[in-house]
Amino acid sequence: MNNAIEILVIDDESQIRKLLNITLGSNDYKVKEAINAREGLLIAANHPPDLILLDLGLPDESGHVVLEKLREWYTKPIIILSVQSNEENIVKALDAGANDYLVKPFRTGELLARIRSLLRNHLTESESPIIKSNDLEIDLSLRIVKKNNEAIKLTATEYNLLALLIKNEGKVLTHQYLLRAIWGPSYINQSQYLRVYIAQLRKKIEDDLNKPLHIITESGIGYRFV
Amino acid sequence: MAAISFSLSSFIGYKVVAFLLLVTVSLIAMFFDIAPVLLAAFISAMVWNYFFIPPRFTFAIQDSDNVILFSMYFIIALVNGALTFKIREVEKKENKKIEKENTLKLYNTLLNSLSHELRTPISTIIGATDTLQDVNNKLSADNKSELISEISKASLRLNRQVGNLLNMSRLESGFLQPKTDWCDVNELVYDVVNQLQDNLQGKKIDVKILENLPLVKLDYGLLEQVLFNLVHNATIYIPENGIITISVFINKDKKLLIVVEDNGNGFPEKEILHVFEKFYRLKNSKTGGTGLGLSIVKGFVEAMNGSVILENRKGGGAKFTVEIPAEITHLKDIENE
Repeated sequence: MNNAIEILVIDDESQIRKLLNITLGSNDYKVKEAINAREGLLIAANHPPDLILLDLGLPDESGHVVLEKLREWYTKPIIILSVQSNEENIVKALDAGANDYLVKPFRTGELLARIRSLLRNHLTESESPIIKSNDLEIDLSLRIVKKNNEAIKLTATEYNLLALLIKNEGKVLTHQYLLRAIWGPSYINQSQYLRVYIAQLRKKIEDDLNKPLHIITESGIGYRFV
Repeated sequence: MAAISFSLSSFIGYKVVAFLLLVTVSLIAMFFDIAPVLLAAFISAMVWNYFFIPPRFTFAIQDSDNVILFSMYFIIALVNGALTFKIREVEKKENKKIEKENTLKLYNTLLNSLSHELRTPISTIIGATDTLQDVNNKLSADNKSELISEISKASLRLNRQVGNLLNMSRLESGFLQPKTDWCDVNELVYDVVNQLQDNLQGKKIDVKILENLPLVKLDYGLLEQVLFNLVHNATIYIPENGIITISVFINKDKKLLIVVEDNGNGFPEKEILHVFEKFYRLKNSKTGGTGLGLSIVKGFVEAMNGSVILENRKGGGAKFTVEIPAEITHLKDIENE
């Protein structure tokens, strides 16, 4: 398996590294391990992996710093793993260029799903203008959204919001990011717009409004399209 | 004080003034540290000498009686100051001791409930892994997967308890600052219900939310935890096939009201007042539980300037009413932009 997808795990806890090694290894990923920030940066630079799992609480340097250093040149996906569940920390990491985050303890199924979706996005970027996700289909060139092959009517803002979320499938987009991108920089504190439009979008694209399957709320952080 | 005495000096003798000044020094000693107290004592002696002992407005003292009087005043003022301060110190120590005893008692309760609440899942995990690792066992595939799912359940339970403890310490630290933002309460309620899916098996949940509920500005995470704890609590104590009802509406005072009701046995009237106390467990209640859940509810609700009330329903069952004052905005205003 020479062309297996490589994942670099930067975490100081040996139990977590072992768990990830077994889980990822048995799903046909090739795993490399680093036990601290210095080693992680070194391995990443010597032989850039396809994806990095980064722990925020490293012994020698904060994961936030490592993230910044990596993002100076590394463009592939980075997922943050952290025991710190406070929203500020997560938003900070996402704004600094992390593609996703998972709070420890995490479910392995969840982790694998996030890895798959990030890798898929990264590989298929700028390909066909049609994106499919289960019962939804969106044609970015014609600006048409279909659910179960039936076109649904969306307002311009609703469409822009949905298109942005779909283009970043699997990735959490922070409230501020969405508000800035859709409504403009002066709206970044007007989260009520976002709430209303998300609710309207869900009415149109979700089967059960109260059990959303496409637009997932990340409380205090943002939204994710799956 | 000296100024008042000065204005009265025509009516009262300078010896009376000395007593007034001494009272002042004692009062100062009750509130300030030792250094300012001694300084105050010293200044008061000087002030007395300068302004009151004849000849006034000089530091000189002519009368030999007055010299003795002055030196006595000087010493008494200093000793008085120092003694009052000492008494205060002793009192402080006593208070600290009582406080320490209370904390100790609290810690004991905590340790008792914790050791049960944490050890049970840990024993499950250790026991199950031992059995699974045993080379000679003849476990059926079914039993194996059962054991594994028990490990998983136990870990989730551990994780929830750790979450509770962290929330408690967030409250204890007194630095809990709600971060308010516009919330879709409808979404929040269903979010909690979906999270508790596993616990709700065999029980019915009924959600009644005001149609066109406006957006409410509050801390999503805190309210989510409040509702989670209330519903989770209900799922533990109601019988099989029980019904939990969650109702959400805005009342006349524009406050957000969330009511969580169940048709279980309710709470003994005598204990209703105590259920929100930290580590309080109902008498005769099942084992398990740390007595933290409801105290976190109360703490979080109060952090949001709200209140929570528990009553028993007339037909049986408990009814929790959470009331939170919050800014609201009507969706229609935005839709019609």
